Amino acid sequence: MKWKERAQIWLDHRTGIETAVRNFLYEQIPASSGWHQVFGSVALFLFLLQVFTGALLAFNYAPTPGDAYNSLRYIMAEVTGGRLMRGLHHWGASMMIVVVVLHMTQVFLYGAYKKPREATWIAGVFLLLLTLAYGLTGYLLPWDNRAYWGTVVTTQIAAQAPLVGPYLLRLLGSQGDVGVVTFARFYGLHVLLLPPATVLLIVLHVYLVRKHGVAPAPGDDARPPKKFFPEQAFRDTVAIFIAFVILFVMAVAVRVPLEQLADPTDTTYIPRPEWYFLFLFQTLKLFSGPFEVVGSVVLPTLAILLLVLVPFIDRGKMRKVTQRTFAAAVMCLAAIGWTSLTVTAIVTTPKPALAAQIDFSQPTGWLELSPIEMAGIGYFRQENCTSCHTVGDGKPKIGPDLAGSAIHKTGAWMIQHFKRPSAMVPGSAMPPIQLSDAQLNTLAAFLLKLNPQNAVALQSAPEFAVEGALIYQKSQCGSCHLVNGVGVKLGPPLNGLKRRRTEPWVEQHFRDPQSLSPGSIMPPYRFTPSEMQKLVSYLFVLPE
Amino acid sequence: MESFAESETSPPTRRRFYLTFIYGLWGAISAALAAPALLYLFLPPKTRAESDWVEAGDVSSLQPKTPVEWVFRKNRVDGWKVSSEKQTAWVVKLSDQQLVAFGPQCTHLGCAYHWEERSSEFLCPCHSSVFSLDGSVLSGPAPRPLDRYMTKIENGKLLLGGLVEVRDQKS
Repeated sequence: MKWKERAQIWLDHRTGIETAVRNFLYEQIPASSGWHQVFGSVALFLFLLQVFTGALLAFNYAPTPGDAYNSLRYIMAEVTGGRLMRGLHHWGASMMIVVVVLHMTQVFLYGAYKKPREATWIAGVFLLLLTLAYGLTGYLLPWDNRAYWGTVVTTQIAAQAPLVGPYLLRLLGSQGDVGVVTFARFYGLHVLLLPPATVLLIVLHVYLVRKHGVAPAPGDDARPPKKFFPEQAFRDTVAIFIAFVILFVMAVAVRVPLEQLADPTDTTYIPRPEWYFLFLFQTLKLFSGPFEVVGSVVLPTLAILLLVLVPFIDRGKMRKVTQRTFAAAVMCLAAIGWTSLTVTAIVTTPKPALAAQIDFSQPTGWLELSPIEMAGIGYFRQENCTSCHTVGDGKPKIGPDLAGSAIHKTGAWMIQHFKRPSAMVPGSAMPPIQLSDAQLNTLAAFLLKLNPQNAVALQSAPEFAVEGALIYQKSQCGSCHLVNGVGVKLGPPLNGLKRRRTEPWVEQHFRDPQSLSPGSIMPPYRFTPSEMQKLVSYLFVLPE
Repeated sequence: MESFAESETSPPTRRRFYLTFIYGLWGAISAALAAPALLYLFLPPKTRAESDWVEAGDVSSLQPKTPVEWVFRKNRVDGWKVSSEKQTAWVVKLSDQQLVAFGPQCTHLGCAYHWEERSSEFLCPCHSSVFSLDGSVLSGPAPRPLDRYMTKIENGKLLLGGLVEVRDQKS
């Protein structure tokens, strides 16, 4: 103990660190301080967490379009803990917005911005803007369709700003298009410019909080002040811990979206901003024509200005929070306004016509399969082949590994084997598969395609695509059409159908081909609505 | 220092309770972040299973005891990038049973060697290392025989695997 104490004293004499920490921890705070004042600390913690997870992500991230997407898929699918890191960063951003807003709400309701704390409040407003700027610039970095189209909308809004619009657009590196330059600017802002700006503002903000002290409530004069440590530090820690647990669970349990690679020619994509920008997005819809600029620029600017001016508008004496009815009313109105705009935006978002959502953070090798092989997956699942066979990895089961080369014989041999296993492999305990020759053929086609390298990718084929391929096979579409190079080129190849036609068009075309392409030799097809949906979803996810 | 102790207002048991929670919760948060971060940084990524075996060419085209330089393409997985690289191998049919494929670099300093038709030996132009048909060192500074690719033959095609150093001069 002796040497430890001496080392402490030595260090304190040289750096003053211990005194500084003690002064910091044992700061006096008003007697009324309590649980309502924890949000600032939580916000600071979340910011540091974003820096931490952001730096880790950057270690495996290539900040150029195209590569960005591939490296993110690499982080999600191949790097250990990569999915968790991205989850923490993604949901951490949303959580930070929530906590910053809660912090501001508390300060607003308690009137803690009043003289002499106006500057603290204004610094806080700028911190809010910085938080939103992170959300805006970070949104582009995955470079998937969502990121790309969301940013196209953002830059177009920026372009509407009176006078400065064109210059703003040039600054964002976007002249009509979102491309490599815009990407570089957004990345630069997100990782190089915004973080030091945020750190400086946080330092200023905390310095001001310390300089003026935590805002007292009426009646605090009569009561002895408390110390920050350990009571308030305990409250802050508990709040931070709760926030961290929620965030961690979200990062583990909630899927972070990663859509397909950004496709600037995709005209069907419906861009939507991140949820905390939806209210702005909806406000925009209330104005049209020459008034659009009101919704996109004028109103947001006024709102920010109003926020900055709050301490100068409300200059009355400090009152109890329960007596601040006007502030509470304003807060309620703002909350109602925000909620209704956001809800309207969500409700009016057109559902993508089909539930064909592909998780691009998983291997997507199945997209390259021919319809026969894809339909084979359907029978493979239906017959529960994996109850006796392993595929690639996993514990050995009673039957041989289906991804191994041992079972890969000719298609004809495999079909005979499916029908009478023991005839082809003496002593085999496998029961015969009761399927038609055509069905067994698809199963053989899929199994011949399987190898240890693609086993996981092929098995992750989503159900709708498999069922779509089954309908495709049953309807013998392949005798006139090509999919992934397999079939007959009598009618148009079906890859890239998404580019050429809309889903309603294709559905109508199935019902009555003549009505849309006169002279077509395609017969009409009567599908049930669910069959139609699966088939069309399948056709629309086919690669180019 | 005493002045701080005096100015602490919370009673001792309550203070201990606060401190336990503060240290405990921060410890839990740090552990929950440090463990995945360390795994993230130090565990090798689940590499995309690229086949180790690459088809190099048709075995039937080989003449006995006549080395040929075969060029083939191999996929290299580098993080999120998969690039196709050109590689070469000197393939020799030593006998009907034995076929070897040598790595194209001299084992001395990595120069590209070539086959001398007249003297029937591999010659490195840099420091005149000479290797025999089976890759063993005949003369020069080369420290070990030529490196060999792992080989296997399927359906008349030669498949090449990784490069292996041959340590023993006699093998």
